[in-house]
Amino acid sequence: MELTTIWFLLVAVLFTGYFILEGFDFGVGMLLPVLGRDDRERRVLINTIGPVWDGNEVWLITAGGAMFAAFPEWYATLFSGFYLPLLLILLALIARGVAFEYRHKRPEASWKRRWDTAIVVGSLLPAILWGVTFANILRGVPLDADHEYVGGLVDLLNPYALLGGATTLALFLTHGAVFLALKTTGDIRERAGALAVRVGAGAAVLAIGFLTWTLNIRSSAAAVVLAVGAALALLGGLAAARVRREGWAFTGTALAIGLAVATLFAALFPNVLPSTLDAAGTLTATNAASTPYTLKLMTWVAVIFTPVVLAYQGWTYWVFRKRIGVANIPQH
Amino acid sequence: MNGWGFQVDALDVARWQFGVTTVYHFLFVPLTIGLSVLVAILQTMWHRTGNERYLKLTKFYGKLFLINFAMGVVTGIVQEFQFGMNWSDYSRFVGDIFGAPLAIEALVAFFLESTFIGLWIFGWDRLPKRAHLASIWAAAIGTNLSAYFILAANSFMQNPVGYRINPDSGRAELTDFPAVLTNKVALITFPHTLAGSFLVAGSLIVAVGLWHLIRNRDSADTGAYRFATKFGSWVVLVASAAVLFTGDIQGKIMTDVQPMKMAAAEGLYTTESPASFSVLTIGSLDGSREVFALKIPYLLSYLGTGDPNGTVHGINDLQAQYATQYGAGSYTPIIPVTYWSFRFMIAFGMAAGAIALLVLWSQRKGRTPSSRWLLRAGLAMPVLPLLANSFGWIFTEMGRQPWIVFGEMLTRNGVSRSVSLAEVLTSFTAFTLIYATLAVIEVKLLLRYAEAGVPDVSDEHPIDDTHDDAERPLAFAY
Repeated sequence: MELTTIWFLLVAVLFTGYFILEGFDFGVGMLLPVLGRDDRERRVLINTIGPVWDGNEVWLITAGGAMFAAFPEWYATLFSGFYLPLLLILLALIARGVAFEYRHKRPEASWKRRWDTAIVVGSLLPAILWGVTFANILRGVPLDADHEYVGGLVDLLNPYALLGGATTLALFLTHGAVFLALKTTGDIRERAGALAVRVGAGAAVLAIGFLTWTLNIRSSAAAVVLAVGAALALLGGLAAARVRREGWAFTGTALAIGLAVATLFAALFPNVLPSTLDAAGTLTATNAASTPYTLKLMTWVAVIFTPVVLAYQGWTYWVFRKRIGVANIPQH
Repeated sequence: MNGWGFQVDALDVARWQFGVTTVYHFLFVPLTIGLSVLVAILQTMWHRTGNERYLKLTKFYGKLFLINFAMGVVTGIVQEFQFGMNWSDYSRFVGDIFGAPLAIEALVAFFLESTFIGLWIFGWDRLPKRAHLASIWAAAIGTNLSAYFILAANSFMQNPVGYRINPDSGRAELTDFPAVLTNKVALITFPHTLAGSFLVAGSLIVAVGLWHLIRNRDSADTGAYRFATKFGSWVVLVASAAVLFTGDIQGKIMTDVQPMKMAAAEGLYTTESPASFSVLTIGSLDGSREVFALKIPYLLSYLGTGDPNGTVHGINDLQAQYATQYGAGSYTPIIPVTYWSFRFMIAFGMAAGAIALLVLWSQRKGRTPSSRWLLRAGLAMPVLPLLANSFGWIFTEMGRQPWIVFGEMLTRNGVSRSVSLAEVLTSFTAFTLIYATLAVIEVKLLLRYAEAGVPDVSDEHPIDDTHDDAERPLAFAY
C-alpha cells in the first residue's frame, strides 16, 4: 500500500476514534440539564466522563497533528478555509474544558449554573459544527487553482452540510444517553435508557437520510458497505437500548458513529478536499501529502506508539469501569 | 490609512493574536511543567516516609496544579489550530518538517499527560497506591516530553536544520529528522525553558507556604508550610542557577546562528570588540541619540562569544549583509522591544532567586519568619518568573523578526491569504475576551484554594480491595 494511502487511513482512524470517544462526551454534556435534575445528579453525569474526557480530546489534537505532518496542504487549506466554524469549535472546547474542572470548585448555585451553561453550549456547538465541517469536506468547497479557499461562510451553510450538523448532533445525543445508561445506576440509568430510544429514532432517520445523500454526492463500493453497516449498527444499538441491553446498545452506537465517519472518508478517497470550482484546485491524498521521508518516519512513530496509547487508554476505561450513582457522590 | 496615520491589516492582527494567545498559553504551561514534577516528588516523599505532612502538601499543591492545568490544556488546542487557521502559507511551506514534531508531541506526550492526569485525579481511592503514584509521574513525564517536541519545532524556526528546499515546489522538505531533534538551539532551549518553569513552580510553592507561615503562626500545619517554603526556595535557587547557566550557553549559540538577535538584544548598531552591555539606556534606541546609558564593559562580548574581547556584530553591518544576501528590505527587529524584553527577562528572573535567598535566610536555624516586607516580597514571587518567561518568549520571537523561519521565509509571507481582516479581528477579539475572563476566574480560584490551606487527610482510608462497597462516596473531583 502506498504511504499516502496509509496516512489517509490513519487520519481517518484518528477522526473516527475522536468522534466515537468525544461523541459520548458531547452527548453527556448536552444532556446535563435534561437528565440531571439536581446538583448531585448532574455531578453523577459529569463524573461518568470525568477521568476520560481530556484523553478523548487528545484524539482531536493527534488527528490535527497527523493531518499537519502527513498532509500539510490539506491542513492549511481546511483550517484557514473553515475559519469561523473552527473558531467557534475552539471557543466551545475552551469553555467546556474549563467548566468541567471549575464547576465543583465553589459551592454557590449561581457559579455552578454558569458552568453548566458553558458545558451545554460548549458540547452543543462542536456536536453540530463537526457535522457541518465534515459534510462540507465531502461535498467539496470553492478552491482556486492554488488550493486557496475562495468561498465565504455562506458556502459552508448549505442544506447538505446543515443536515450533517443535525445528524452528528442527534447521533452524539443518542450515544451520550446510551453511555449514561451504561455507566450509571438507579433513576438516572432508567431515564437515560428511555431517552436514548426516543432520541435514537430521530437520529436513525437523520443518519440514514444524510448517508443516502452522501452516497449520491460521491460514492464507492466500500462507502456503500460502510454506510449500510452504520445504519444496521445504529438500528441494532437502538433495539438493544429498547430491551436495556446497555453494553450492546453502546457497542451499536459506537459502531454506527465509527462506520458513518468511515463512510465519509471512503467516499472521499482519493480526494481529501474536493474543489467545487476548478478541478485543479482539488486536494488529493497525493498532491496534499508530505514527502516519503516524512511519511515513513511518521509511520514508524505511529506503529510504535499507537498500540501503547491504546493499551493505557483502554486500561483507564477498565479502572473506571464501575457504574456510579447518586449514592457515590459525597454530600458536599 | 486612518486618521492616526497607521493602517491595520489582517497580517498585523494575526501577529497580535498569535502573540497574545501564545504568551497567555505560556502563563500556564510553566506551572504545569514544574508543578507536575514537584507534586510527584511530594507524593513520592509521602510514600517513602509515610509522613502525613507530605500527603497534605501533595493534595494542597495538587489542587492548585489542577486549577492551572485546565487552562493550559484548553489554550493549547488553540495553538495547534492556529498554524493552519492564521498561518496557512507558513504551514504549507514547513508542514513537511514542522508537522512531525507536533504530531509526535500529541501521540507520545499529550496522550500520556492527559490520560494519566485523569487517572491521578480520580484514582485516589480506586488505584493501588503505587499505581497512583506512577500516574502522576507518567503525567509529569508526558508534560516535560511535550515541551521538548514543541521547542524542537520552534527551534527549527530560529535555526532551520535537517531540510532542503525543493526547487520545484519551493517548499522546505525534511531530510534529516534526528538533526531537527538535536538542533543545538533546541538542545539548549529545552533546559532553559524547563529551568524557567521550575522557577515559576517553586515560587508559587514558596509564596503560598510563606503566606500561611506568617499569617497563621499557630496553625497545626506550620511544619508542613515550613517544609514547603524551604523546599520551594531550594527549587527556585537551583532553577535560578540553571537558568543562568543555560541562558549563558544559549546567548553564545544565538550569537552564532542569529547574530542579529544578539545585536538587537543590546541595540548595538556598530560592530564592537570588545562590546559592553548596557544595564539600561535612556534616550532613543535607534542609535541616533543616547542621553544616558549604564554600561558594563566587556560583558556583551563575554555573553555573546565567551571572550571578553570578542567581536559582536552590529545591526548596521548585519542589515547590510542580509540586504546583499536576501535582497533589499529591512532585516532588523523592533529594537526597543528586543532591548527591553531581554533586560526584563533577566531582571524579573533573578529577582525571584534573590527573594528565595531571603526566605531561606529568614528561616535559618529553625526561625519562623514574621516580616511583613518579606511576606510582600514572597507574594510577588510567582509573578516575577512569569513575567520573565513572557519577556523571554517575546524577546526570542520578536528578535527573530522579520523572519518566520530564519533566512527562509518572512513572517508576512506566512499568513493565510484566505482569511479576511474581519475574520481575524473577530477571532482576536473573541480569544482576548474569553482569555481575560478566564484569567480573572482562574486567579480568584487559585487565591481561594491557596488561602484555604492544606486539607485534612485524617478521614482517608486506604483502599480495601477485598470487599467493595458500591454505595460508598468516592473521591470525585467534579
